[in-house]
Amino acid sequence: MLNWLRRPKHGAIERRDVPAGLWTKCPKCGAVVYAKELERNLKVCPKCGFHHRLTAEERLAATLDEGTFEETDAALTSGDPLRFDGYREKLAEARQKTGNADAIMTGIGLIEGCRTAIGALDFTFMGGSMGSVVGEKVARIAERALEARAPLVLFSASGGARMQEGALSLMQLAKTSAAIGRLRDARLPYLSIMCDPTTGGVTASFAFLGDVILAEPGALIGFAGRRVIEQTIRRKLPENFQTAEFCLEHGLIDMVVPRTEMRPTLARLLRFFGAPKVADSRPAAPAQPDAAPQPDIVPPPDPVRSEGL
Amino acid sequence: MAALLSERNREAEARAAELEARLTEVQAEIGALRRRAEKDRLDFGVQISALEARADQFREALLNLRTAWQAVALARHPQRPKAQDFIAALLDDFTELHGDRLFRDDPAITAGLGWFEGRPVVAVGPHKGKDTRENIAHNFGMPYPEGYRKALRVMKLAEKFGYPVISVVDTPAAYPGDAAEERGQAEAIARNIEEMTRLRVPVLVVITGEGGSGGALAIAVGDAILMLENAIYTVIPPEGCAAILWRDASRAREAAAALRLTAADLTTLEIVDEIVPEPRGGAHLDPAATTEAVRGALRRHLQALSAFPVDELLRRRYAKYRRIGYHEERV
Repeated sequence: MLNWLRRPKHGAIERRDVPAGLWTKCPKCGAVVYAKELERNLKVCPKCGFHHRLTAEERLAATLDEGTFEETDAALTSGDPLRFDGYREKLAEARQKTGNADAIMTGIGLIEGCRTAIGALDFTFMGGSMGSVVGEKVARIAERALEARAPLVLFSASGGARMQEGALSLMQLAKTSAAIGRLRDARLPYLSIMCDPTTGGVTASFAFLGDVILAEPGALIGFAGRRVIEQTIRRKLPENFQTAEFCLEHGLIDMVVPRTEMRPTLARLLRFFGAPKVADSRPAAPAQPDAAPQPDIVPPPDPVRSEGL
Repeated sequence: MAALLSERNREAEARAAELEARLTEVQAEIGALRRRAEKDRLDFGVQISALEARADQFREALLNLRTAWQAVALARHPQRPKAQDFIAALLDDFTELHGDRLFRDDPAITAGLGWFEGRPVVAVGPHKGKDTRENIAHNFGMPYPEGYRKALRVMKLAEKFGYPVISVVDTPAAYPGDAAEERGQAEAIARNIEEMTRLRVPVLVVITGEGGSGGALAIAVGDAILMLENAIYTVIPPEGCAAILWRDASRAREAAAALRLTAADLTTLEIVDEIVPEPRGGAHLDPAATTEAVRGALRRHLQALSAFPVDELLRRRYAKYRRIGYHEERV
């Protein structure tokens, strides 16, 4: 009884009612979509346009020209400088789950032939939280962009600073912002893309320092958490509060760009800011959610140590 | 890269909790005796003095333990001298400036001009109240974006004239409200942080009370980071940390210890350059002595920093933040 009143929760992909792997139920509209079709559409629901979250690998694969990614600093991994209860276990679990060393993947690659330094935060690794490793890798990729006179593109998806590294995490806001400041002095373009969700310390540092700030539709973007704000102001917040569209309306970001248009949009911006085209790109990503069959998302190749960058 | 901290002294934390419990008991006994003395017109003077002596012993033992939770209590003490008190006491002829030129004047931030040891400087700091009325007027020292933008405007003024910046930091957090979000709280903080890493004048920071996460860092990036002995500086308030970790805000004491938010811990982590000692029992017991200790430390650091050419100053500042953190290299 009253089953028809229950609404699916937004967020993770629900697998309960559908055979594992083959079909995926959209958490927003409830449509059951063939998993392969969803992947072809960059994990955007072809029925309602809901943007499922992407891992760092999926993000880079959806953004870069096929086979052009050279990962940097893949071996950097978190220690437990504070000897914080349970941190080592949480790290081990996240490494096991994601197969990655920490919550960000950085490297060099091509976007429609434009060579760029790039990084993507991974929300599946401890909520994409920024501790020393994330901060260090953002600073290093910014410094690599500086050395190579290349643009920088950073995709954010993060709950904020990593509590388990205490004030060291907080200082990563300063470290990353300082590195972005050097790009500004060197007049190199930095494009920041906020994905669902980008909150806390990551918004209060590099994510909001982009020369151009983009966001995916429906992404949660904000500094303080909804619950904390509601407790403080003792009022319910509107449904659309802190969404990408809300931020656009309030003048906080430049544009909201659907995932299927992100690659050409970034390429257009990079070309505008003078990024030279160094190679031919693969065919453009589908512009329409339900366009004709497109190539599958291809995982990035094995990480190659970068020599020059 | 920062050093690893040593194992936490859990014994000291447990001992402090026990001492506090016993102190509370003794204080309750003293209260009960006093009430009985009044009611029954009896003289318990001897017993009360004995109990008070014991309470003093417990207090003394507690002071010697120096736990993180004591620092939290002292950093938030209502009578602790506030940033505006330090600014008024440290600077001659302080002239407050107002407004961010964009939206309004945020009463949670004090910013202005003054003379420090005969040199023109610019000072910024949150304004925390000492009572409820004052706190409401100044939003409990929790700035809105316009507060950070006012601070930045005044710091850029310092840069224009080559005057050093002194930032006195004591804020629980950036204000977590809907209007603050709408006006770009995150952007205001990010902008300040970035600009402060590149401000072409010496920037001296002294954390005197609560260093509340990004809301504090937005005015706390500089060349010399000083911290009062009992101040705290943390990525999240201990209550919030406990609520997230254990879904129990009452375990804030444990969280305070786990977060390593004391001046001593932050010095080991190479986030803080120098600890400024406080009078025994806390800054509120002797604000004048505390101010003089802060003045001495600021004078010394300002003198040292003034010797560097600007580009060297900025190179050192970048290197300072570039170094902070701890990571390992997986083979």
